Formats: sequence, C-alpha cells, structure tokens
Amino acid sequence: MISATMILQLLINGILRGSIYALAAIGMTVIFGVMNIINFAHGALMMLAMYITYWLFTLLGVDPYLSLVISVPTLFILGGFIEKYLIHKSLDEPEINQFLITAGIMIFIENAMLFLFSPDVKATSVSYKGAAISIGNVIIGLNPLAAGLIAAAITAGLYFFNKKTDLGRALRAVAANKEAARLMGINLNYIYFVAFGIGSACVGAAGTIISPMYYIFPQAGDLFLLLAFVIVILGGQGHVVGAFFGGLIIGVVESLCILVIPGSTKDAVVFAVFILVLLFKPLGLFGKRRQ
Amino acid sequence: MNRTNFSRTFLSVVLLALFLVAPFFVGPYFLHILIMTFLFAYLARSWDLIGGYAGQLFLGPVAMFGIGAYTSTLLGVHFGLSPWIGMLAGGVMGTIVGVLLCYVSFRFGLKGIYFGLVTLTFPEICRVIVLNLDAFGGVNGILIPFKERSPLGALLYMQFAGKIAYYYMSFLMMLLSLYVIHRIQKLKSGYYYLALRENEEAAEAVGVDTLKYKLMVTGIGSFFLAVGGTFHAQYLMMVNPETFFGMDFTLEVIIRSIVGGVGTVFGPVIGSFILTPLSDISRAILGGYQGVHLMLFGAIIVAIIIFLPKGVGEWLGRGYRFLEARFGGKMPVSVKEDKDDFAESK
Repeated sequence: MISATMILQLLINGILRGSIYALAAIGMTVIFGVMNIINFAHGALMMLAMYITYWLFTLLGVDPYLSLVISVPTLFILGGFIEKYLIHKSLDEPEINQFLITAGIMIFIENAMLFLFSPDVKATSVSYKGAAISIGNVIIGLNPLAAGLIAAAITAGLYFFNKKTDLGRALRAVAANKEAARLMGINLNYIYFVAFGIGSACVGAAGTIISPMYYIFPQAGDLFLLLAFVIVILGGQGHVVGAFFGGLIIGVVESLCILVIPGSTKDAVVFAVFILVLLFKPLGLFGKRRQ
Repeated sequence: MNRTNFSRTFLSVVLLALFLVAPFFVGPYFLHILIMTFLFAYLARSWDLIGGYAGQLFLGPVAMFGIGAYTSTLLGVHFGLSPWIGMLAGGVMGTIVGVLLCYVSFRFGLKGIYFGLVTLTFPEICRVIVLNLDAFGGVNGILIPFKERSPLGALLYMQFAGKIAYYYMSFLMMLLSLYVIHRIQKLKSGYYYLALRENEEAAEAVGVDTLKYKLMVTGIGSFFLAVGGTFHAQYLMMVNPETFFGMDFTLEVIIRSIVGGVGTVFGPVIGSFILTPLSDISRAILGGYQGVHLMLFGAIIVAIIIFLPKGVGEWLGRGYRFLEARFGGKMPVSVKEDKDDFAESK
C-alpha cells in the first residue's frame, strides 16, 4: 500500500542518506577535478576514518561526532602524503597506470585493516543510536539528520573556500588549465598535495559521521566508492555543489526504488542511471564545458 | 638463418618442450599454478589487445569473462549442450555485448576516463542482475552437473578427471593468444589499432574510420575473454557472481599486463608468469595471516607502477639482448636495438 506519508518518509530517508553519499563524492570530485584522476582508494580512506572513529570511541570514549577534529586532519595529512610519495609518480604515465596505482593502494589499505582488526563487523554503540524524532507520521532518525546537516555544512564551507580564498582560486585555476596555472606561478605539486588532502579529508568526515549508523569492516568503503563515481559524473567533474545535489538525487532514487523493484536490484538501477547520464550528459547535470 | 634467429628459435623450442613435459614431473598443486598462469597470460594478452595495443581505457574485461562463463553453463544446464559449443556461443555473446557497449560509448564520444568508468560499471550491473535472478543461480551461482565418466564423454563435455588435460588446453589457449597478436601486428588493421593508441585525432584526420577499428578490436578481445570465461567455468565446474563478475578479477588481469609491459607482445604473458605463481605461493605461505598476501599484492602493484612504469618486459628484453650480444658472438642488429632503447629511456 503506497501512501503519501510513505513516499514522504522515503523521500526524507533518501535525502539524508544521499547527503552522506554526497560528502563521500565531494572528496572525489575535488581530486578528479584538479588532478584528473579517479581515486580508487577513496572507499578505503573512508573506511580508515571509520576505524579511527571506532577506536577513539571504544578505547577513549570520544564521541563519534567529536572525533571529526581528529579524523579529518589525520586523513588530510595521510591523503596528502599518499599523493606526494605514491600517486604523484604516476601522473605523467598513461591513465591505466593511475587507475592501477590507486587500486593498489586500496587493496593494501583494506587488507592491512583486515590483518590488523580481522574481518569481524564492528559497530560504535553510542547511547543515542537509533534515536529519532517524529513529525506527524514521518520519523526522522537523529543520526542521519546530524550527518545530513554536517554534510551540507561541509559542502557550503568548501564552496566558499573555492570561491573566496586564494588557495581555492588556485585549485580552480589548476582544474581549468594546468599549464596556464603553472605559468602564473602556481606550484602544481603543492596544489596536488592540497587537493588530494582535501578530498581525503572530506571522505574522512563522511566515514566518521556515518560510523554511528553503519557497520564497520575492512570493505565498508567499497559501496561508497562505486556510488561516488556515479555521483561525481552526475554532478560534473570537479563541481562541488553539483556533487552534493548528485548525491541527494542518487539517495532519493535508491530510496524510491524500493517502491517499484525488490531488494538489491536498486544498485543496478543506480548504475544504469549512471551510464545514461554518461551517454547523454557526460559533463554532468551541473557541469560546464571546459577547455 | 643468422645466429640471433637461431638462439631465439632454440630458446623457444626448449621452453616449448619444457612446458610440454612439465605435467609429468610436477604435482597437482604446481600443475594448478601453471594452469592459472597460462589462463591469466591468455586473458591478460586478450585484454591487452584492447587496453594496451589499441590503447583504450577498457576496465571491464570481467564482464566478457563472466558472460562467456554464464552462457556456456546455462546452455549446458538447460539444453545439455556441450561446452565446446557453449564456448563458441559464449564468445559470440561476449563479442556482441562488448561491441554494443563500445558502440554506445564511442558513438556518444566517451573517451579516456569516461569510457573507463562505463566499462568499469558495466560488470557491476551484470553482477547485480545475476545476483538477483534465480534463473542465473543467484548468489550461489550454478554448479555444472557431472555428466560422463568415459574418455569420449569427458572430451565431449570438457570434464576431465585430472588436471593434465586442462593444462594442455590452457597452454594452447595462451599460444593461440600470442599467435593472434602476432598475426594482427602484420595486418593492415593492426596498424590502425596502433594508430588509435598513438593519436586518434591524427588517425581520423588521415581518413581512418576510428569507430570501426575500435569496434573491431574490442570485438576480437571480447571474444577471447569470453572463451577464457568458459574455460574457467569448466575448470572450476561452477559459476558464481563474485568470481565471474567481481572487480577484483579486472584488477588481476590488467595488473599482469602492466607488470609485463602494456601494449607489447610478450608483456602480458611475462606479467602472468611473474604474478600468478607469486600470488599463489604467497597465499600458501602467508594464508595463516589473513590479508597479508593481498597487502603484498597491493604493495607490489604500487611499487611496480612507481619504479617500473613500463613493465618488467622491457627490462628483461634488454637483459636478454645483452646476454645474446655477450655470448652469441657479433650481433650488429641487437646491439643497435640496445642503443636505441638506451637513447629512448634517456
């Protein structure tokens, strides 16, 4: 029985879930936009942040939302160093090498976690797990709501960083035209370091804010990795706000699919949407043609 | 026949003879490693035709591999067709799907990373569909029923008792894939594939129908990938979505080609001969520590791309030519090649 309340409920669920996807994808779109590489280690970095949050909570009792102040800078530095010492070496090589080096990093990180912490599923058992408020007949979980708000805040912050600060302008300049940016005196190595750092920090934030809701295991990031590709393309390469709305769209599509088709077939729908967007709007829904 | 040719022919004959008698001297475990080495050499060689030789960022070889495996298995289970026919049907199916996928992408002008993303996502769609359709066996996949015990039946249904028959079959497949690239290099279309890799715009400008040659090369590569899928299904006697449509497999195939030297004739084969035994043996030794052998695998990938971005093949080739020049007497041709390589690397 499909009722208006049910659809509203699914819409809200979809938007909240989509905002988390969006946060993971924003990190990727920054990296893709500036460096023009697809980062396969993205999901693994997200999973690292989930483990950092989990251990901070379990060993020291740090609240998952509070641990953002630790996980985000950690991931920024880690991401920056991964770029500087590993990925940077492959930037002049064919695209297939960049694909494989990030995939190699993903395999390494995931299996290092598997070795250290076993494949057992972990969960942060916060006291407010599953808490919810209800407005009319619609129930909104507090954790998804907080995650959605934090994701929106980070997107807004990144948007203004990109538009208003010198470093943000430099990032956009490199994204638009590397050679011209270099001739204007922008240090490409530094910009790549920062771009990869920001990308990793964003996905780290995503990993941290979902850890009160999702199970934590070494492959936890894989689901988000493929969704992040979809959203990045949907939003347009390097387009932060585009990625945010792309994430919301994917979240809602996934959520509403439950009404029509059963079970995990929704993943196939998401990927089919992806291929259709690639074919008909390869620059994304919000992307602009670039030189 | 000059001495360079002689020493190369001699080396090939020795290697061939070694591989032909090997199964009578090694145990089943090493035989298995050799079979997987040949299979991955064959698959990496087939992928390299599209991804290396023609230079398309084709990240979905596992889709064709899985389609080949599922086609022959379904035909066998439902209609009792022999896997030999299924293999052909699977190959044709793989070609059709590969060509369609590429036609759609290229028609809409997707290149580079965007084409890579389409081909990377496509096997995921296949996997989700297979996972959710009971007709395809769902999560558990399909077990291939055991048919015959007589030698003739074994041959007919490609269900051999020991590993020896699979060994020779995979060895032949590897040789076949090498023969195919050897032929293609000599054909006119072979030069067009190279042109796709080197400079597509320039090729188009001089009147090469790039779409046609892209479709041709993906069609050929997809056919062989799908045939490899049928072989693997018959070897394992089952199909399941994780093995036959998983992204790990794509990585496994592509990395072999990169390690050996992408776009070269022997590169993918050399890559398989290095990585397949290494990964199998490290799994056997380090299997007790979960994840360690895959950590090693990841680290090797990263190290090779940083330190040997052109693959080990080039390096081995240079070493071989050096030895040849050192011990084979006067070799004006190979010495000259050696110098060229050196100049290029500078």
